[in-house]
Amino acid sequence: MSATIAIRIDGRDVRVAAGISVAAAIAQAGVVATRRDVAGEPRAACCGMGVCFECRVRVDGEEALGCMARVAPGMEIVTDG
Amino acid sequence: MAEISTEVLVVGAGPAGVAAAVCAERAGARALVADMQAEPGGQIWRGQWNNATNRDAARWLGALASSPAATLFGARLVALPRAGHALFDTSRGAVHVRYERAVIATGARELLLPFPGWTLPGVFGAGGLQVLAKNGWPVAGKRVVVAGSGPLLLAAADTLRARGARVALVAEQCSRGALAAFGARLARTPRKLAQAAGLFARLAGVPYRTNAWVVRVEDDGTSRRALVRVGAHERRIDCDLVAVGYGLVPNLDVAAGFGCDVAGGRVVVDGHQHTSVPGVYCAGEGTGIGGVDQALAQGEIAGYAAAGRAERAAGALARRDAAARFGALLARTFALRDELRDLAADDTLLCRCENVAFGDAAACAEAREARLMTRLGMGHCQGRVCGAAAQWLFGWNAGTPRPPFAPVRIDKLDFSAYSPSDGV
Ligand SMILES: Cc1cc2nc3c(=O)[nH]c(=O)nc-3n(C[C@H](O)[C@H](O)[C@H](O)COP(=O)(O)OP(=O)(O)OC[C@H]3O[C@@H](n4cnc5c(N)ncnc54)[C@H](O)[C@@H]3O)c2cc1C
Ligand code: FES
Repeated sequence: MSATIAIRIDGRDVRVAAGISVAAAIAQAGVVATRRDVAGEPRAACCGMGVCFECRVRVDGEEALGCMARVAPGMEIVTDG
Repeated sequence: MAEISTEVLVVGAGPAGVAAAVCAERAGARALVADMQAEPGGQIWRGQWNNATNRDAARWLGALASSPAATLFGARLVALPRAGHALFDTSRGAVHVRYERAVIATGARELLLPFPGWTLPGVFGAGGLQVLAKNGWPVAGKRVVVAGSGPLLLAAADTLRARGARVALVAEQCSRGALAAFGARLARTPRKLAQAAGLFARLAGVPYRTNAWVVRVEDDGTSRRALVRVGAHERRIDCDLVAVGYGLVPNLDVAAGFGCDVAGGRVVVDGHQHTSVPGVYCAGEGTGIGGVDQALAQGEIAGYAAAGRAERAAGALARRDAAARFGALLARTFALRDELRDLAADDTLLCRCENVAFGDAAACAEAREARLMTRLGMGHCQGRVCGAAAQWLFGWNAGTPRPPFAPVRIDKLDFSAYSPSDGV
């Protein structure tokens, strides 16, 4: 098994494999949406490559694209879903 | 703000950018390669950094690791305040790079076309879900429909299957005849034919249909179905994830930011990959979609040329031209069918960021009117998704994003910290 690290997603402690993307960690934690559109509908990662901005979340207080950022120990991820 | 100086700045660390940086260093120039991803490899070699199994990937990523070229990852080029200066947005703050010559190797993105259900969570681009899965997105045990057009569908299905997904169907919109002609032409390029045959062999048991495309995705909160047109029939396929990509389109924003001429949706270059701007080169998908062999050959040529040693690239010229012929064949084979223009309903969103309905955009005469009247393309992605779609759907010239190329905090664009001698 690859090493796991501890992070927080929407205030919940989770352990994920080191080296995965923030977007993958969010999906693994069972969080379906990373944001809501103006009509309140859920949205989540789509392009996987930093183009669509659907996966944007807050990582340690800063806006980041979940598909581009990698998890790091102790990271605090907050979605808008 | 951190500051770095380099002779050759390479923007993008996919195959083209890696080859450019390695070759520029080989020719004696100091090179810096930057990418917004956390590691080199671009779209195709993503996740291969530590355990490259692919021969090209192992060779080139190894060459980069052992070359003196500097690297800057997790860094997105957001502004080009003036010639010789580039500004990158990183999680550690802005980085200001001074360069003498530049190689643009920013690759391509998928063409995503609107259809009812395409904004649901769990509906992705085809390469999109592939790269997400490579970076740990959970697909094991999931039933997936892969659809759209081009060889990427097979590569995506292969990755997904290797990670435990059940690929229920690969739906290719092109005709069986076009695909057969493609196969016959591939036979002239044994390496490509072997790759394709290998992919098909690994995908044995996965249904692959031509003349097939996703019409819509329905989700009632507990179950999900993709409606797929296959020839004259419509099929409902129960699934968890849907991945639809209609081929690739060059990323032009960075090249346009440098002021390079763009024609026919690609960056204009000469035989040495030199753009219309002195000292600025372009390599890889930005010059037209041609695949990894084209990216590598063009990257080598651009890297040597940017280092002032264009003659050292002689060996790559023939490979580049062969790859360009393959690119032209791809474009012919996987040309998109007109029916795809009719998938979106009037209330289907076209602009995902600003929630602009397809019908409202379609009522406009051109892109500028749509921007002003509906805010099409004015959101976070700056039209990278809907602009490319509108270009294909309506023939609009959507233009390219202008600096800053991504929504960044204003303090990252603050040049007041520079002394006047910086000339900024
Ligand atoms: C989603 C996707 C999946 C693919 N999967 C496969 C596959 O499995 N097999 C296959 O044969 N081909 C695949 N392809 C095609 C493949 O990408 C190309 O054949 C090849 O990688 C092109 O190389 P490149 O160097 O031109 O561009 P890319 O590999 O696209 O590299 C461009 C790089 O530039 C970076 N970049 C872009 N803009 C900026 C910016 N503003 N600032 C900093 N960095 C930036 C990107 O992050 C990227 O890493 C895929 C393409 C896509 C879009
Ligand atoms: S999934 Fe599109 S930007 Fe991250």
